[in-house]
Formats: sequence, structure tokens, C-alpha cells
Amino acid sequence: MTILTLSHLTKRYDKAASGAAALDDVSLSISAGERVALLGHNGAGKSTLMKCVLGLIPTSAGAISIAGHAPGSAVARALVSYLPESAAFHPALTGREQIRHYLRLRGGHVRDADALLDRVGLLEAAGRRIGTYSKGMRQRVGLAQALIGTPRLMVLDEPTSGLDPISRREFYDILDDLAGQGTAILLSSHALSEVEARTDRIVILSKGQQVAEGSLADLRRRAALPLTVSMVPQSGQEEALVAAFPEAAMHHGALSFTCEADEKSKVLARLVANRDQVADFDIQPPSLDDIYAHISRRAA
Amino acid sequence: MMFGRILSTARIEFAIALRNRWVAVGVVLMVLFSLVLSLAGTGSAGALAVDTLSVTVASLTSLSVYLVPLIALLISFDAIAGEVERGTLPLYLTYPLSRSELLLGKLTAQLGVVAIAVLSGYGIAAAYAFGTSGNEALSGLPALWRLIWTSVLLGAAFLSLGHMMSALARRPSGAAALVIGLWLIAIVLYDLGLLAAIVADDGGAFTTDVFPWALVLNPADAFRIYNLAASEAVGAVSGLAGAASSIAVWKPLASLWLWPVLAAGAARIAFGRVIP
Repeated sequence: MTILTLSHLTKRYDKAASGAAALDDVSLSISAGERVALLGHNGAGKSTLMKCVLGLIPTSAGAISIAGHAPGSAVARALVSYLPESAAFHPALTGREQIRHYLRLRGGHVRDADALLDRVGLLEAAGRRIGTYSKGMRQRVGLAQALIGTPRLMVLDEPTSGLDPISRREFYDILDDLAGQGTAILLSSHALSEVEARTDRIVILSKGQQVAEGSLADLRRRAALPLTVSMVPQSGQEEALVAAFPEAAMHHGALSFTCEADEKSKVLARLVANRDQVADFDIQPPSLDDIYAHISRRAA
Repeated sequence: MMFGRILSTARIEFAIALRNRWVAVGVVLMVLFSLVLSLAGTGSAGALAVDTLSVTVASLTSLSVYLVPLIALLISFDAIAGEVERGTLPLYLTYPLSRSELLLGKLTAQLGVVAIAVLSGYGIAAAYAFGTSGNEALSGLPALWRLIWTSVLLGAAFLSLGHMMSALARRPSGAAALVIGLWLIAIVLYDLGLLAAIVADDGGAFTTDVFPWALVLNPADAFRIYNLAASEAVGAVSGLAGAASSIAVWKPLASLWLWPVLAAGAARIAFGRVIP
């Protein structure tokens, strides 16, 4: 079941139709239980897209539907939860007071507050003022409020930016649970490596345009970046190895060259054939950041 | 549901006002000034044929014209601009909470703060009056009650005006400048301007036709006139006595009730133009 549909969404901040669009003809749909990552540089239009979906700013052209409702409508607000980029709260309130307030605003029970805080690992700090919290803790308060009432659609703006790797993993575990319960998730990030492999689909925005969409495997295939092979020669065997791999270049005592993904087994066979000259070797696929940089550069 | 959201917002805002010491500041201001007035007032009251509480209420009226709008503007100017600056507004606006509900919740909490400050100040003054003139002060109770509820209305009007300035400025520093300007114009310069116009007019059409309306149109003047018109101590304290006696009492009363409603509407319109 489709929860979110964007069709030909365009947003211009200046009134003139000729001006640069913050979002240019973006179409996207997210089904229940699907996790979609929105990637792009700063200013690529990620936050603008999210604000349009939330009904915070009007769109210039195109349509948005949240389970059949207009963004910002009373029904849409009840169905959607939001975690803003670097979530902020009044520093004079305690985490518990803030979450209880959000629960009451969504028509929930204040007795659920502690369970929510416990789920994001904040129960011990619940009675302290948010002013004393670290950035990561504030981000957790933001996540706790976004979990209220098992929303149909969660919109998360750079949710993992303030989190350490372990917290990030816990965060994605929570998202997995929610997706399992049928929540559609739209999250943004500026790095492919941050979203790891824990989203179903990736949409890359560049200067307001949708430049790529697909699973991580799709993107990897489409980028068709070469693998990097590096070898450390046995001592005294440098020259023999250079002769066997004339395409390789020497760097800091290691020989390295690149090869296409479909030549991997051939390269491996050559390595085996020359195993007496090789002390150690490594074959690295392109990193997520390489793929992302390649796709967004190609679009620009 | 709607009242639940307004009430929850009011609760949280009141907690914030308590912790930011706005409640303490309001109470201390009102109590201090009321005490000073009470102590100063008893010296001159001896010659008058009215009870001490009535005299105290008359001088409290003149005090509250300045102080109640000031306190109201001080606690309200941050309402929208502060949310914008902290970055807490977008999240609220994605909740099932309308802008009207958010404003009404803040207004309710801040009106509570004004009421607490006003009641503490007037309470101290009333206690002092009863202490010095005993049961005679009973005859001043209706005037005191009138002063209390009109002060709350005056506070409501200026709280919403503060919200409007807060929405127009969108930054706390700008909002602070706007409310100080508003206070100076509405409370100080407005009366001075009227006075200058009367002197220049020298009993002409302005004094008889425009001036009474000009007085009633300003909520602070309406507050003063309504309280003094109904008080026997008018002559003792007010230079506006002549003007006040010529104005039908329903006019300032209507002004006092209309201003909070109109100001709240204006604040809502200004808030509607804020795009997070």
C-alpha cells in the first residue's frame, strides 16, 4: 500500500518561474514498511522536500499525497511524524515533560512517556532538563517523539548526524522494528556510508533534481566503478612482481591497480599464479562514498 | 481534544515561565510597587472622606496602567520568535496542533502569570488597607474586584499584542525592540500626544468630539477611565477626571473587552504569515 506519493513536485523559493528551483520535477512513492533514504549535498533539496511533505511550506507545482490526504491537513499530521535536523527543545523542560506534552498533543497517554524514553535509552536522564543534554541525547528525544503512536509515515531529517556508530546501529534497529510494523520511512543523509545497507531504496538529489533511484546494489551496478587491487611483494621479489603486473603502480612499497568488476576472477587467477612473489594482497570494491560521489558528479 | 491540546500547551508554557523566573519577576514588581504606593497613600488619605482601600485602588489603577502592559509584553515577546530561533516551531507545526491552539495555550499560561502577579500585588495592598483602616476598607472591595478583572483584561490585550510583535519580528531581539516601542507609544506617548493636542486645540472640536473617543480607543486609557469613573476617589488622583466624567461608562468597558479579542485575532493573522 502506497503511503506517500510525490508527483512532479517542484518548489521555487523566489516567485519568478525562471529562477532556480529548489526541487525540480521530483516524483517518488513510498509503500508501507519501506525505508527510503534521500541523499544529497547540503542544499540539494532534501530538507525542502521534507518540509513540502510535512506541509510546512507550500509547493510551486506538482502534487503530494499522504495516504490520500493533503500534506499539512489534520489527518496527514496525525499520520506523519517528523524528526527535524538537529532536533531542538526548550532547555528548561525535562525530557519526560517534553515527551508527555507531545503525547498529549497526539492524543496519547502520558504513562507511555517512560516506555518511549526507555526505548531510545534516555530513561535515566528523563528527569533532567534538556538544557543539560548532549546533542546525541537531544537527537534521542527527537526520535522518541517521532515514535509516538506508531506513525504511518516517518520523516527523518539527517537523523544519524549526531550519533556515534553504536547509537546509529541502535537507531537503525528501531527503524527496522517500525518498518516491520508497516511504517513507511523517509530519511535523509549527506553520505551513503551513513545509511549503510539498512534502507530498501536510495534516492539521490542533486541541485533539486532526482539523479538516481534504486537499491544499493542497483546503484553499485549503475556506477560500474572499478575494483582496486593492491599487493605487497615478498622481499626481493619486487621486480618479478612488477614484470608480472605491468599495469600496477608502486606506492609506499605496495603495488596497486584497478580492474573492472567482471575481471575479478581473472585477476585472482593471476595472483594465484604469482603467489610466490606476493606477501599479501587485497581486492577492494568501490566504497559507498565513491559510488555516491561518482553518481552525483556525473549528474552535475 | 482541542482543549486538551490547548491545556497541555498552557501547562508546559507555565512550567517554562516558572523556571525562567517570569512569574517571580512579575510578582516582585507588582508587590514592590503596590507596597510603596500603599505606604505613600496613607499619608494623604487622612484628609479625604473615603476609606483607605478606595484610595489605594485609585493609586493602584494609575500604577497598573504602566506595569500590567509592561509585564504582559515582557513575558509574551518571546512566544513566537523564541520558538523560531530555537528551531522548535517546525516540529510543533507538524503535530496535530493548530496555530490557534498553540497561541491560545501560550496566552492561557501567560494570562495565568499576569493574574498571579496582579493578585499578589493587589492582595498585599488590600491587606495593608485592612490593617490600617479595619472594616472601613470593606467599602473598597467592589473597586478592588473591578481593578483585578480589568487588569487581567488589560494584560490579555497586551499579551496578544506581544504575540503579534513576536510573530512580526521573528527574532527575539527584534521582538523585544518592537514591544518596548509599543509600550512607549501606547502607554506614554499616546497620552502626551493627546495632552498636547488638547492644549493646542484650546477647547475646540478636538477636545469635545475626538478626544473622548481617542481615550477610549487606547486599552490602557480605557482601563484607567473605567476604573476611575466608577470610583469615588477620582478627584483625588486623576488629572483626567474631567474627561472621564463626560464619557459613558459602557464605552471604556466595551473597549476593555474588545481589545483582547481583536489583539488575539491580529496575533493569529501575524502568526499565520510565519513560514517555518
